[in-house]
Amino acid sequence: MIAVDLPYWAQSLLRVLGGTVAVLLPAGTIVYLFLFKMMSFMQSRLGPMEAGPYGSMQLFAEVGKWLQKEDIQPENADKSVFKMAPLVVLLSTFLLVAAVPFGPDAYFTDFEAGVFYALAVSSISVLGILMAGWSSANKYSLLGGLRAAGQLIAYELPMVLAVVGVVIQAGTMNFQGIVLQQNTGSIFGWDGIGNPYILTQFVGFFVFMIAVQAELTQTPFDMPIAESELVSGYMTEYSGFRFLMFFIAEFATAGVFSLIASVLFLGGWGIPFSWFGWTTADSVDNWMNVVGPLIMITKMMALAFIIMWVRFSYPRFREDQLQRFAWKVLIPVSLVNIMFTAILKVAF
Amino acid sequence: MPSKPQVPGLVKGLGVTFNTMMQTIKPKKFGGGAATVQYPREKEAPTARARGVIALREDNCTSCMLCARSCPDWCIYIEGHKELAPPRRAGGAPRKVNKLDRFDIDYALCMYCGICVEVCPFDALFWSPEYEYSEPRIADLLHDKEKLGEWMETVPEQPELEAGAEKKKK
Repeated sequence: MIAVDLPYWAQSLLRVLGGTVAVLLPAGTIVYLFLFKMMSFMQSRLGPMEAGPYGSMQLFAEVGKWLQKEDIQPENADKSVFKMAPLVVLLSTFLLVAAVPFGPDAYFTDFEAGVFYALAVSSISVLGILMAGWSSANKYSLLGGLRAAGQLIAYELPMVLAVVGVVIQAGTMNFQGIVLQQNTGSIFGWDGIGNPYILTQFVGFFVFMIAVQAELTQTPFDMPIAESELVSGYMTEYSGFRFLMFFIAEFATAGVFSLIASVLFLGGWGIPFSWFGWTTADSVDNWMNVVGPLIMITKMMALAFIIMWVRFSYPRFREDQLQRFAWKVLIPVSLVNIMFTAILKVAF
Repeated sequence: MPSKPQVPGLVKGLGVTFNTMMQTIKPKKFGGGAATVQYPREKEAPTARARGVIALREDNCTSCMLCARSCPDWCIYIEGHKELAPPRRAGGAPRKVNKLDRFDIDYALCMYCGICVEVCPFDALFWSPEYEYSEPRIADLLHDKEKLGEWMETVPEQPELEAGAEKKKK
C-alpha cells in the first residue's frame, strides 16, 4: 500500500485530473488509431497523412474545427434540455470510469458493489440520448432517440445478465475483488496464468462484448444514428462543441467499456500473483500502480480493436432484427449461462 | 422465418477486412501499400485514352462548326473568316481558305462527352489525359485556341482502333 497522506483537496484534484485523462486519452487514442487509421487501412487507403507525421495531429485539427463552429439551436428546440443532453451523455462516461480500478491503489473509488454501480450509471447515457432526441424538435432526432432508448434498454439486460455469471463465479461485486479472484485463481491447481474469467465465462464474455457493441451504437447496431435513414439520429441538430461532446462520449465510452470488460473477463490490472508470490491485495508491490494502468491500457486497446474491427466489417441490422437478437438470442443464452455457472459454483 | 445467422460468413468477413489492413500496412517494397495515392505528392498516371482535356490542332481546323453545333452544352465558341491563299499551281485561281479567329472551349460548361472529338471530320480535336488545369477564377476555365493548342503536347500517340486500321494522326 502507498503510505502517502494527501490533503483532501489534493486528492480531489488528482482524481479530477486522473478522470479527465482516463476519459480523454483512450478516446483520443481510439479515434486516431482505430477510427482514422485502422478503418482507412481496412479500406485500403492511408487515412489522414497531412497533419503531423502520419496525421497524428489530425485530432487537434478536428477538435479545432469543431470548436470554431457556430453553436446552432433549432428555433423550436427545448433550449435548456437541448444544451444539457450532451453533458448528461458525457457525465455517464465520467461516472463509469470512476469505478474502474487501474492498480492495487490506483483507483478513483472502490465501491463495494462496483459492478452494480457501473451497470447503473452506464444507463444514464440513455437519458441524455432521449433528451437530445426529444428536445431537438426534429423528426429524425426523435426517431433516433427512441430507437436508441429501445436498443439500449434491450441490450442493457443481456449485459447485466452476462456480468452476473462473473459475479457468481467471483462471489463479489467489487471490481478489485474480481481482479484479485482472477489473478489468485488457478486452473485445476495450476496457477501459471491465474484464472481469467474469459476461460470459464466465455459465453458471458461473448454476450457482454455484443451488448457493449450495441450500447455504444457501433455499426452492426447503429440504428439510432443510421445516417442513410435518419440523417444522424439524435445528433442531427447538434453542431460545434456539443456535437464534439457526443463524439468524445461515444469513443470514451468505448474505451471505458473495454476497460470494464478487461476487468471482468481478462484479469484487469493484475498479472498472475503467483509469479511474484503475492497472495492478497496488500502484498502486491507498489510498482503495480504504474504497471497496472499500462496493462489495463493494453487490454483496453485489444478489446477496442475488436469492437472497431467488428464495426468496420459488418453492415447494419434492421430494427426488428436488432430487437429479436437481443430478446430471443442473447438473453436466453445469458440466462442459461447464469444457470450453468450457478450449478457449477455450487457443485465445486 | 428469420434465416439462421451465418457464422462462418461473419468470420470470413472479419478476415477480409483484417487481410486488407495487413496488406495496406505492409511496406511497398514487399508488394503492400494502399490502393490510393497521396495526390499532390505522388500522382497516378492516367491511361492514354483518359478524357482529361481537349486539345486543338489549329492547322487541321476548317471552322466548319460541326463541333460547336454538336456540343450538348454549347461550350465551344468558333469565329472565323475566309482568306485568299496563293494557288496550288502556277496560273491557277487563288484558293479560299477558312481562317480561325477564335476557338474557345469553356471547361466550366464542358461535360467531357467527347462528341466534338468524335464529330470532327478533319482530326483537329484530340483527347489528352492531362487533368490538372483547375483555376481559382471560373472565367479562366475558358481556354482559347492558343491554350488548346498547347495541350497538343500532352496528347499521347494515338492507339490503333482495330488491327490494320488507320491511326488518327496527331
